[in-house]
Amino acid sequence: MSSFLIERKRQIFRSGADQHEMLCSRPSVAGSVSQRACVFCGSRVVLYPIADALHLIHGPIGCAAYTWDIRGALSSGPEIHRLSFSTDLREKDIVFGGESKLYLSLVELIVRYQPKAAFVYSTCIVGVIGDDLEAVCKRVSKEKGLSVIPVQAPGFQGTKKDGYKVACEALATLVGTGDREVPEISINILGDFNIAGELWLLLDYYKRMGIYVNATITGDGRVDDVRSAHKASLNVVQCSGSMMYLAKIMKEEYGVPFMKVSYFGLEDMSDALYEVAKFFKSAALMSKAKEIVREEFGRLMPVLKEYREKLEGKKAAVYVGGSFKAISLIKALRLIGVQTVVVGSQTGTTEDYELIQNLCDEGTIIVDDSNPIELSAFVKETGADIFIGGVKERPIAYKLGLGFCDHNHERKEALAGYEGMINFAKEIYATAMSPVWQFTR
Amino acid sequence: MLLRHTSDTIIEREALTVNPAKTCQPIGAMYAALGIHGCLPHSHGSQGCCSYHRSALTRHYKEPVMAATSSFTEGSSVFGGQANLLQAVETIFTVYNPDVIAVHTTCLSETIGDDVNQILQKARDENYVPAGKYVIHCNTPSYVGSHVTGYANMVTSMVKYFSAKSATKKDQVNLICGWVEPSDMREIKRIAATMGAKIVLFPDTSDVLDTPMTGKHEFYPKGGVTIPELISTGDSKYTIGLGSFCSEEAATLLENKCKVKFSIQDLPIGLKATDRFLVALSRAAGVKVPDSITEERGRLIDMIADMHKYLYGKRVALWGDPDTLVPLTEFLLTMDMKPVYIVSGTPGKKFEESMKSLLTEKVPEAKYKNGERADMFLLHQWIKQEPVDLLIGNTYGKYIARDENIPFIRMGFPILDRVGHSYFPAVGYTGAMRLLTSILNAILDKEDRECREEKVELTM
Ligand code: SF4
Ligand code: SF4
Repeated sequence: MSSFLIERKRQIFRSGADQHEMLCSRPSVAGSVSQRACVFCGSRVVLYPIADALHLIHGPIGCAAYTWDIRGALSSGPEIHRLSFSTDLREKDIVFGGESKLYLSLVELIVRYQPKAAFVYSTCIVGVIGDDLEAVCKRVSKEKGLSVIPVQAPGFQGTKKDGYKVACEALATLVGTGDREVPEISINILGDFNIAGELWLLLDYYKRMGIYVNATITGDGRVDDVRSAHKASLNVVQCSGSMMYLAKIMKEEYGVPFMKVSYFGLEDMSDALYEVAKFFKSAALMSKAKEIVREEFGRLMPVLKEYREKLEGKKAAVYVGGSFKAISLIKALRLIGVQTVVVGSQTGTTEDYELIQNLCDEGTIIVDDSNPIELSAFVKETGADIFIGGVKERPIAYKLGLGFCDHNHERKEALAGYEGMINFAKEIYATAMSPVWQFTR
Repeated sequence: MLLRHTSDTIIEREALTVNPAKTCQPIGAMYAALGIHGCLPHSHGSQGCCSYHRSALTRHYKEPVMAATSSFTEGSSVFGGQANLLQAVETIFTVYNPDVIAVHTTCLSETIGDDVNQILQKARDENYVPAGKYVIHCNTPSYVGSHVTGYANMVTSMVKYFSAKSATKKDQVNLICGWVEPSDMREIKRIAATMGAKIVLFPDTSDVLDTPMTGKHEFYPKGGVTIPELISTGDSKYTIGLGSFCSEEAATLLENKCKVKFSIQDLPIGLKATDRFLVALSRAAGVKVPDSITEERGRLIDMIADMHKYLYGKRVALWGDPDTLVPLTEFLLTMDMKPVYIVSGTPGKKFEESMKSLLTEKVPEAKYKNGERADMFLLHQWIKQEPVDLLIGNTYGKYIARDENIPFIRMGFPILDRVGHSYFPAVGYTGAMRLLTSILNAILDKEDRECREEKVELTM
């Protein structure tokens, strides 16, 4: 294993010990047991929450089957997004091309489900068999009079992160096609996917401040909202990984400025409100924001203090998709007395990793695109008690006798916002203190 | 209602699959490969597929699932994946050190036409494979067949690569196991041991995907059929394939290759299929069915007798894989229930034939379909036309269960939202008792919850 680790050295970092730039965003080594997903996966998870759009996957059945309702992105209305549509390409389609099948499927679906728009995803083999996805989309679009948007996401073209970009490009084709009138003090929320209803918490805070939320992209998303998204005065972007690109496009094309925020943890959540108030240069908004923060802190601090007393001294390993989230988590964990000893992400950028490095205690292991062997080794080395990650890490964490908190698509409780901080503390507490661990150590 | 768009009028669909009742080949190959001891499955294609397959298996088994990927890039999709695969073989043996790498393909590597056989030969010739280690492979293009086909292909490749005939016959019987849970494989081994039958069961995922918690993560858990055992299958006196979709090809190859005769049985799900399995095994192994097992049978029949009036005429819709659906349908008939709707996304004529012979007389109104467009959407439409009392199948039925308020038992692959399937078997007589128990509980729980208050009774 050691030689392999040396080869990967530039993707692993020990805070305070090494000095090198993190080499990230490169494809996994062939033959590695990587946790990484593909471009298609990235585009699919980002666009998926748009609930009144049709999502059709052009490819063999698997790509669709695995992305069928795997993410708890809640909708307050239509739920077309939760169904799995596939052209289920078969051998003859591979030989003769799948365009006619795609065309027929699209037409059938549009008639049946009356969506507001359609996203058509290409998978790895579509480009190879030479289907002209764009032409089919154009044709159907014309015939049916609705936007049919090709999402060119062959998996081999990169990692999940590249898929985010593809998704943003697809969204950008919709933005600017609507002309809803929007008040001056208005924002779009970008990059929250309304997992476990998190978006609804955020909407409530902004509403209490008196801010009009124009479009939520893509959590609880609607096609018409996206169309008029350019009318808002500001894009508030969470999770730098997935939506930054759209924010940048909107800035260039429509002059909508953007700011990066995070909704995880009290500190970052409050900053998200303050920053928006600051942007609008409104004393009234600022005092509302302060009021909300005061109120929420007053409510939460005593509860969190209790958790902190019990959790003090526990150590956590964090391995999540986006590194921006990792940063918030480190802070949120600190708030409840938990020290982060391993931090990693699948899609971090060099700047993100620098930030993490500054934030972490000496000796913290920082890693890009890890694998189970490495993660297990790091956990052992650092004596972590809790693991925070996604579905692939969960069973390993449990096998190692660690507590686990799902901070990925499969979280069932809202972890964002003030309410989310309490839920987070509760989850961490429940798992770190579970009596089951006494039987395993 | 999540499926509010589903109506009772069947629409002719030419192209579209809605809510599939199947998934793709490689995941089956990956699952089968995990049934070899010390094996690391390898997905030759882009990293996305591998990641999906591992996640799906993990969600079902609640266990870590290890597999490597060739991590195709744009370049590999143009120039082919040879360089990736060679590098992968090298990386895997140096870093993860398995006894065997089991390579399966993906849609992409198939479509661009990689000759995996030849690439692996090159790997062996050029010493990428250390002495005493193995690389096996099978082709698993997902646009052919389904996850079941992938499982069958990997099982066949175990025979192709390992089974060998030596000078001396072995007093053992091969059991080629169809796609069932680790718990089922464990139960089949228990039954054989109770009978005193010497067997080699392959693949065998017990003690691989149902491992105990020890505070350590074993990259290669202790279970799985070993390579010497696989090699020895060529010397066995007989082969029983359990489930034709998953085992027939392998059994046929084993006969052609090593002259080991075989018969194909249904998976031992339910009373009659278990009977047939025991007869076949006792004959092949030359052992008797001991009283203890006959008593298990007796207890099962006792239970059916006690409960038959609650079971009679209940209409059931089921979906999943042919090898499971066939004996399950038979078992429902044994209990005087009515399997009325059955779909499987897995193509293959055998399914229709088996269903026809089981159902034509007993349930003439039954509808069944497999292959293209035999999906959950179709099943739901049938249910809308005339409702059922019970659903049996994988997790994907939960939307229908909720929308239509129908009791639902999870069985098959994948089960993403419950536990137990990997620990408690559905095969054998005790497995059948467990099935019967869950069927009854599901039906009666609903009854107790929803019947008029004056009708609620304490006793059965
Ligand atoms: S490309 Fe093929 S192998 Fe990969 S997930 Fe899709 S269907 Fe399965
Ligand atoms: S085929 Fe390509 S798009 Fe589909 S899952 Fe695999 S890597 Fe992703």
